[in-house]
Amino acid sequence: MRHFSASGLILALAILLPAVSLISMTLGTVSISVADLFAASSVQVNTILFDIRLPRILLAISVGAVLSSTGAVMQGLFRNPLADPSLIGVSSGASVGASLMIVSASGFIQAGALLGLSLVAVGAFIGGFVATLLVYRLATSGIGTSVTTMLLAGIAIGALAGALNSLLSYFSDNDMLRQISLWQMGSLSGASWTKVVIMASVAILLLACFPRESRALNALLLGESEARHLGIDVQAVKRRLIILTALGVGVSVALAGLVGFVGLIIPHIVRLAIGPDHRWLIPASALAGATLLVLADSLARIVVIPAELPTGILTALLGAPFFVVLLLQQRREV
Amino acid sequence: MTMLADNISLHLSGFDLLRNVSLEVEPGKVTAIVGPNGAGKSSLLKVLCGEMEPSQGGVYLNKKPLGGWSLEQKACMLAVLPQHTLLNFPFTADEVVALGRIPHQTGSVRDAQIVAEALKLVDASYLEKRFYTQMSGGEKQRVQLARVLAQIWQPCELGDQFLMLDEPTSAFDLSHQQLTLDIVRNLAGRGTAVVMVLHDLNLAARCADNLVVFNGGTIEACGAPEEVLTEALIEKVFGVRVNLARHPVTDRPLVIS
Repeated sequence: MRHFSASGLILALAILLPAVSLISMTLGTVSISVADLFAASSVQVNTILFDIRLPRILLAISVGAVLSSTGAVMQGLFRNPLADPSLIGVSSGASVGASLMIVSASGFIQAGALLGLSLVAVGAFIGGFVATLLVYRLATSGIGTSVTTMLLAGIAIGALAGALNSLLSYFSDNDMLRQISLWQMGSLSGASWTKVVIMASVAILLLACFPRESRALNALLLGESEARHLGIDVQAVKRRLIILTALGVGVSVALAGLVGFVGLIIPHIVRLAIGPDHRWLIPASALAGATLLVLADSLARIVVIPAELPTGILTALLGAPFFVVLLLQQRREV
Repeated sequence: MTMLADNISLHLSGFDLLRNVSLEVEPGKVTAIVGPNGAGKSSLLKVLCGEMEPSQGGVYLNKKPLGGWSLEQKACMLAVLPQHTLLNFPFTADEVVALGRIPHQTGSVRDAQIVAEALKLVDASYLEKRFYTQMSGGEKQRVQLARVLAQIWQPCELGDQFLMLDEPTSAFDLSHQQLTLDIVRNLAGRGTAVVMVLHDLNLAARCADNLVVFNGGTIEACGAPEEVLTEALIEKVFGVRVNLARHPVTDRPLVIS
């Protein structure tokens, strides 16, 4: 039996997300009460709220929604409940792009910016995009794109990227090394309104496009030829979903670094709760991912005041035990 | 209107899987394809349903080349049940069967009715809310059968409908084998053309109007089971000496090995 009805879970998450966000507004080095949020307050408090915390929360919502909805989509496309949006090479490519920028452009990395984004972000996006393109090309032949080959190509490109990353780390000095490893932990601390606008637009685009593919994804769980016999243009669906995922994950990795775990575990947990129907799974995953990331980022801000932890550490620390509990519970039922 | 395979050949990585096969599948009739392992039965089915392009020749569905129909149109006329379906996501049985309604715009209420009726037809109503991943092989196969039945539940205005089954009874017990043959005969009675790959010659002889004996990538013999099945043919194709008798009730050929 399933534990929750799909609409019930979505409703609960739709209430939980604003609540968690509101509480998150009050948390941080400077503690601000909920009452103060709505009262006219000093310039300093306003700056903290609207220039630092609000963009950061909105960025967390968009990144969380994008990572977990693309995770749900990739798990469906690869027919593998343990697939991850990084499977198509986007994260490993982005990681190389970011490291390359940190190492090669270290002299003007602080000053250099493009459209209000750091060079590291631009490098990460380009790296992720190139890697995905490579993986997709490798897996596509005259008869279509093989998801199995894509999986293997993703592993190969990932290994190559890992080697390049190590090579870059080897040649970097202490400061660069720290930057590289901090970037890889993923953090939302650099949130700005520019980043929010970019990330939120991508999130809205993805969440507007994915529902149209839900039925196709459901059919794809049966297998590709079965989906074709149900009238689905499998190759076109695959291409669209991979492009959207590469875009979503590429931008989120560029803006927030490698925030692991969300894309893998959230869709998995949601599927355990409400079943694999993508019409519900994708929106519910998006909401759950957004909630988890806001929660994790709030904790990241307050656990080691006045410093803060990278968000990626917290997502794993929060999510992994929860996932283990679910697995144990499922094992008892089967 | 029919499905027509016009002199098709299929070469794949240096092997001739199909050689000059011509076949006509008529509405209202059950066509059974039998033959030894590796004879090309499944390849023929794949070419007929458009999953593989023939190297030569063409397949025509309701007078139009197969590729001339859009995927959605084709899905309304042709349902295919593969030998194995690897579904390892915990859909419930009714959700799996509902996937068969994807090509249609009949609305969720009507779809839910069809799903329930299809499950009932294959004796799987009791599985409705059970997880597919936790079913036995025979239960899974019945649910998949219900799915393809739901896909062609209602007549299609584009033309005659076709159902292709690749060894539909391989995981079934005796009563569900019988049930499947009854369902297939009923469908044919309604005007649907059914193509089945079968291993059991007796099952094939019992329910087929047209028996196609396949061997070495080509049609060895084709026609009514009474005419086609002979001891000599079975020995030639399967390499097994058998006795051929008549079924005491149906008078269909009965292979005793």
